[in-house]
Amino acid sequence: MIKPDRIVTTTCPYCGVGCNLQLHVKDDFIFKVTSPFDSPVNHGNLCVKGRFGYDYIYHPKRVTTPLVRRYLLEGKPKPEGREQVFAVSKDGKPIEHSQISNLWDWVETDWGTALNITADKLVEIYQRDGSDAMAVYCCAKATNEDNYLLQKMYRAIFRTNNVDHCTRLCHAGSVVALQQAVGSSAMSNTASQVIQNDVFIVTGSNTSENHPIIALQMKEAVEKHGAKMIVVDPRRIDLVDFAELWLPLKPGTNVPLFSAMAHVIVKEGLVNNEFIANRTEGYQEFVESLEKFTPEYAEKISGVPAEDIRKAARLYAKARNGAIYWGMGISQLSHGTASALTLIHLAFLTGHIGREGTGLNPLRGQNNVQGASDMGAMPYHYPGYMRVDNEDNAKKWETAWRVEPGGLSRKLGLTTTEILSHAHEGGVRALYIMGENPMMSEPNLNVTREHMKELEFIVAQDIFINESGAFADVFLPATPFAEKEGTFSNTDRRVQRVRQAQTPRGQSRPDWQIICDLALRLELRLKRATVKWDYSDPEEILREMASVNTDYAGITYQRIEKVGLQYPVPTMDHPGTPTLFKESFPRGRGKFIPVDYVPVKEEPDDEYPFILTTGRLLEHWHGGTMTRHSALNEIYPEARVEIHPADAELHGIRNGDPVKVQSRRGEIVVRATVTEKTTVGVVFIPWHFAEAAGNLLTNDALDPQALIPEFKACAVQVFPARENELAHPDVMLQRGRY
Amino acid sequence: MTENITLTIDGQQVSVEQGTTLLKAAQEIGKDIPTICFHEATTSNALCRICVVEVEGQRLLQPACIVKAAPDMKVQTRSERVMRARKTILEMLASTMDLSDAPAILTMMDEYGARAERFPDAERREVEVKDDNPMYVRDYSKCLLCWRCVQVCASDAQYTFAINFNGRGYETQIGTFFDKSIPETTCVLCGQCVAVCPTGALKPKREFLLEQGMSPNEISVMNTGRKRRKT
Repeated sequence: MIKPDRIVTTTCPYCGVGCNLQLHVKDDFIFKVTSPFDSPVNHGNLCVKGRFGYDYIYHPKRVTTPLVRRYLLEGKPKPEGREQVFAVSKDGKPIEHSQISNLWDWVETDWGTALNITADKLVEIYQRDGSDAMAVYCCAKATNEDNYLLQKMYRAIFRTNNVDHCTRLCHAGSVVALQQAVGSSAMSNTASQVIQNDVFIVTGSNTSENHPIIALQMKEAVEKHGAKMIVVDPRRIDLVDFAELWLPLKPGTNVPLFSAMAHVIVKEGLVNNEFIANRTEGYQEFVESLEKFTPEYAEKISGVPAEDIRKAARLYAKARNGAIYWGMGISQLSHGTASALTLIHLAFLTGHIGREGTGLNPLRGQNNVQGASDMGAMPYHYPGYMRVDNEDNAKKWETAWRVEPGGLSRKLGLTTTEILSHAHEGGVRALYIMGENPMMSEPNLNVTREHMKELEFIVAQDIFINESGAFADVFLPATPFAEKEGTFSNTDRRVQRVRQAQTPRGQSRPDWQIICDLALRLELRLKRATVKWDYSDPEEILREMASVNTDYAGITYQRIEKVGLQYPVPTMDHPGTPTLFKESFPRGRGKFIPVDYVPVKEEPDDEYPFILTTGRLLEHWHGGTMTRHSALNEIYPEARVEIHPADAELHGIRNGDPVKVQSRRGEIVVRATVTEKTTVGVVFIPWHFAEAAGNLLTNDALDPQALIPEFKACAVQVFPARENELAHPDVMLQRGRY
Repeated sequence: MTENITLTIDGQQVSVEQGTTLLKAAQEIGKDIPTICFHEATTSNALCRICVVEVEGQRLLQPACIVKAAPDMKVQTRSERVMRARKTILEMLASTMDLSDAPAILTMMDEYGARAERFPDAERREVEVKDDNPMYVRDYSKCLLCWRCVQVCASDAQYTFAINFNGRGYETQIGTFFDKSIPETTCVLCGQCVAVCPTGALKPKREFLLEQGMSPNEISVMNTGRKRRKT
């Protein structure tokens, strides 16, 4: 029996649930993870990633020494032809068999050299091309403190709002819709309140795999509390086994389906008149806009029987407590905003919002995507969702950061997707990437690759050289969650502590320290000083942010020592806010915003007859930087395409056969899983696997308001392929649950 | 409003809410009844019987983890009969299974004066360690069949139903259906079972390897290999 030297309580680094972890450490090595059974978030339950998936921090490929390209170290001009390089030169010797110039070799160096080179290059580009040439990707995996500082560095020093992170690729559609209709963009209720629902809708979310602990609570709600669950999803996901109704809609047809539910609720007089009169506006126009969305019309487009749409509408509307939980299947569409609005309408019509056990609940993906957004890691907002084009807001932050009046940019910045599409002469020249992996997470990766090559200077701050870091000029080794202090804000707005369990490996440093060190070097070169960059600990950073962002005003590390607080926490004695909108909405009245149905940008045709929809797996995380360097990769080592038995038979594809999946933008070869988990005409690919990246196929069409790409629907063809066309023909996936 | 119930535990009166178990009622007046299979987060099934108490008027000893308090009940938590039963339970456990990873039970044995050698002819349950996945190992020589792992895999937490009791009587063992390897079952490798195991029969792989004498560095490079398709 191993007796731990210490047990460190912290927060899981994977999904937005924010499970509480206890890391058992012996000789500076985490050998076991448990969770307290009285934890308010997860009641002691964890998923495979949280309990076992932390081992990437020990992976031999983890980079723990600062790296720069040889050309920078030797002071030579940048060589032609930026390519991905994953190997690091040994003792400074040229990397053998390098396909490109050895000047691109990664060479180990010290922090001083790496940060000075970074500061020199960033300042050179900034002084030459100005603020618009600078851009940064913040990181929904990093802490609130890390994100706050990085956006502050770009706003206060480089005077640009070209600050964004992966929220753009995730819930941007939901965020914009909620901002327009409600005036706030977080989950309205607490996830664990699901057991208080008596009817709830889960849509566009494969909760069992992506928010496993919330899925357990959903199952508990059904099995032990008599709740009825309605699943609206093109796939027969695990939750369907527990559902009262499953509406298998065609990908990208949310708008007609949910509008038809609204149509039924209005026509059958199931509306909550009191709520509509007291809490909303724009009802009449909205009702007129619903006229054409009959269940029969929706059936024709979505493929869901009109009668089931009626049943779902009645169930939800007649519930005492109804709630909606949604994921990326709503937002990742070229009409993601409209799609989220249709859900908001349902809540407004029925008044299923503003009470416990109800609500509009977008399930946020990353452990700290809510926090990174709160911290202003977005191009239109300072911390606290304060618009950058508002004079008062800018002045507040100018005072806080001691920037001269008028110094901060009032111009809206570029979004994640725009930053890369502006990577050309006269556009964005330098990109700082903290922990993100656009070369896996952007749509249409073949084009993303060209954009990455166009950049003049790229800084990667990460723990591994991932597909994006492999393009960088400088690599700054950061520490993972177990080697730093800070806070994460989970999907239900709970701010929780992250604690250091072991010493940083090698020379790696916590992100906040790297940023502060670099910021000081930048200011020295620019002969300019803002405040401040000499923090003694991360709490000081959080308090600085909270001095302007009132949602966090009452949060101190001491108050969240044992249990996190759910913001808004406006004062030091405020107990936190588990349920939002009890009295009113932030914008006053909830606004009905009529929407029209716009089909997805690329519909199947004779040449590309299948709809491809992408998503995630229980065992993996996003671009795979963490999980593919973990034992998790052993239990799910390869990408698979799910195809319906009827389609498979038609195309002569058997279970396990290699197939080529091709879209107008790219192709990959993967093995097929023939399964009724997907529906006829729809194929599914998880996008975690670099060697068969689903995003080579996806469409980079954007939602006009949220600028979120259409990951959830594009047209593809599927052909039988040969074994030797697979990236790893000898890799074995052997699982009972798939 | 639920009505309160008054009962007597070891001569002391206690008033509790209706539906309270004897275990909880005793806790309210600071009397700790020993438990092994009981866990706050799982449904109690009174399998191990270590929590038995004597209730006046009842022929048999009653398991305190599931028996509810009733009006005017007279309960003895440490009568001679109770102590003898607990001691025998511990001795029977010690004679058939490996308790080396269950310090709480070993302490209990000392407290009750239980002798592991009381049943010298008992057959120890010795099973090979099942090491069939990269996340956790199963050593059923250390299993006392408390049922917690089965329950959290089922409707106490996970709704996955990957494991259950296999076999009957002495041969009873926790296992997968058809004794399939863990990755081939419906198991999602959440490790809820590992978290509730009281005897170290279920153990994270990395803890197991550390015990086997591997160094953290050796363990760290282990997981980088890929499983290969059998040709």
